[in-house]
Amino acid sequence: MLRVEALEVAYGAIRALKGVALEVGRGQIVALLGSNGAGKSTTLKTISGLVPAARGTITLDGESLVGVPPHAIALRGIAHVPEGRRIFNRLTVRENLMMGAYPRRDPGVAEDLDRVFALFPRLEERITQVAGTLSGGEQQMLAIGRALMLHPRLLLLDEPSMGLAPVLVEQIFATIDDINRQGMTILLVEQNAAMALGIAHRGYVLETGTIALAGTAEELAGNADVRRAYLGE
Amino acid sequence: MDLPLLIGIFPQVLLDGLILGFMYALIALGYTMVYGVLEFINFAHSEIFIVGAFVGVEILLGLKGAGWLESLPWPLVLLLLLVAAMAVSGLLAAAVERVAYRPLRSAPRLIPLISAIGVSFFLQDLIRLVESVWRNAFNLVYPTLDGLNHRFELTETLDVSVKSLVVIVAALAMLWVLHMLVNRTKIGTAVRAVAEDQAAASLVGIDVNRIISLTFLIGGAMGGAAGVLFGVQYGLINPYSGFIPGLKAFTAAVLGGIGNIPGAMVGGIVLGLLEAFAASYLGLLTGGAFGAEYKDIFAFSVLILILVFRPKGLLGEIVRERA
Ligand SMILES: Nc1ncnc2c1ncn2[C@@H]1O[C@H](COP(=O)(O)OP(=O)(O)OP(=O)(O)O)[C@@H](O)[C@H]1O
Ligand SMILES: [Mg+2]
Repeated sequence: MLRVEALEVAYGAIRALKGVALEVGRGQIVALLGSNGAGKSTTLKTISGLVPAARGTITLDGESLVGVPPHAIALRGIAHVPEGRRIFNRLTVRENLMMGAYPRRDPGVAEDLDRVFALFPRLEERITQVAGTLSGGEQQMLAIGRALMLHPRLLLLDEPSMGLAPVLVEQIFATIDDINRQGMTILLVEQNAAMALGIAHRGYVLETGTIALAGTAEELAGNADVRRAYLGE
Repeated sequence: MDLPLLIGIFPQVLLDGLILGFMYALIALGYTMVYGVLEFINFAHSEIFIVGAFVGVEILLGLKGAGWLESLPWPLVLLLLLVAAMAVSGLLAAAVERVAYRPLRSAPRLIPLISAIGVSFFLQDLIRLVESVWRNAFNLVYPTLDGLNHRFELTETLDVSVKSLVVIVAALAMLWVLHMLVNRTKIGTAVRAVAEDQAAASLVGIDVNRIISLTFLIGGAMGGAAGVLFGVQYGLINPYSGFIPGLKAFTAAVLGGIGNIPGAMVGGIVLGLLEAFAASYLGLLTGGAFGAEYKDIFAFSVLILILVFRPKGLLGEIVRERA
């Protein structure tokens, strides 16, 4: 469904991506692993249009996304939960979720709101609360909930476990697994390789702007280099 | 000291202060909304404001020339002035953003500021040129609308003109509409979302550039409405009359907490009241040592004091830092 080929991205003189290729099939969770500064966030930002591609192609169901502005990419069905959550701190929980559905004109919005509340009952309890006063875990739920309100075809998640207590990390991963089982296609960026490979179908390892390894989740989890570098063995 | 006099003029001064304050509040909204979204001070806003005043005077002079001014009911005329001025000033503000600010969005912060100052001069002289060619004069007087000058004597020392009431009611109505728009509608929520985080807003599908245009449109429209009210209230306008009210409205926006919409309203009213009270009471209270001409010094001294103790402005912290 999503296909990235020979993608190059530069920030001024810094070459962040040097020919990244990856593929996400419908209904899959694909994990994108790599150490700090490898270019994981840059990859997601380029897919969602925040950062321009210098070279290469990105297609969603065959349609090119290169040069399309971010709001138009959202409209085509890609929801990006950015690193650090980036919820609207000064808006209420309800307003954040409604903004998630901003470009939608279809009547399914109310239904999706119910679905988000079913996934995250905590959000429903706090619907009138100003988002900036939510706990870190609740903010991550809101960030994911806001993205789901777009009713996307593809969900990009950038380190959803960042800064959460271990119990919450387990919960968030269980929820991501849930969302995927309900049919959502997900590209998941994670530092927590063990957890990510636990729910992913396939994975890629990014090293300084290039794909160093690719394979099924089992292959990667069994790979000696991955075990040493990312699974702490 | 003449205590009965001091007390006697109080209601009148309060009223004058409120009128001035609402005017500042309307103008201040344009500065604060744009700042909220772009962290940029639109120095051309004072000219957007005075363009509104010129649209108003042109329509009035046109109606007068055609002999219709007397036959039309004044509320209708006023409504026409407001709608036309809001449209012209709003569209002009959005056009200025498109032409003079957007291409500089990623430039260092001083650059668009300089561009704004340039636009400000450009608009001043453009108005002057157009009016000089068209009317052979650029100091224009608002024709009076008879109904508006009717005065009610409420007490011996307080008389209220229809005009004053209309200015206050119109300003209040517009502030209320803006408040509802920003806080209760989807598009208003999008404006607040863009103000907080443009990248995140674009990721949920908000066209950030359109929201920025809309912000200029709304701020400009409020400024244009203030221009008409200014002309109706004070009568004489010229292409440079926007400068001082604009500067004061900007100060009001800072006083209320720049970027904060309720803050602009509060800041405007506080500044208007300070100025009116200083103008009337300074002379009386100091036995004539300081006359009304010291009103600005007084008002701005108080402002500086407030900002020393509340650097983020009166409402700056409450709303902005709650997160
Ligand atoms: N806006 C920017 N300007 C300049 N360089 C940048 C910018 N954003 C990222 N980079 C650089 O690009 C490289 C890749 O950054 P990126 O954020 O994609 O890494 P990452 O894999 O997401 O890392 P992390 O795990 O720490 O989030 C880094 O060297 C980073 O310093
Ligand atoms: Mg990152």
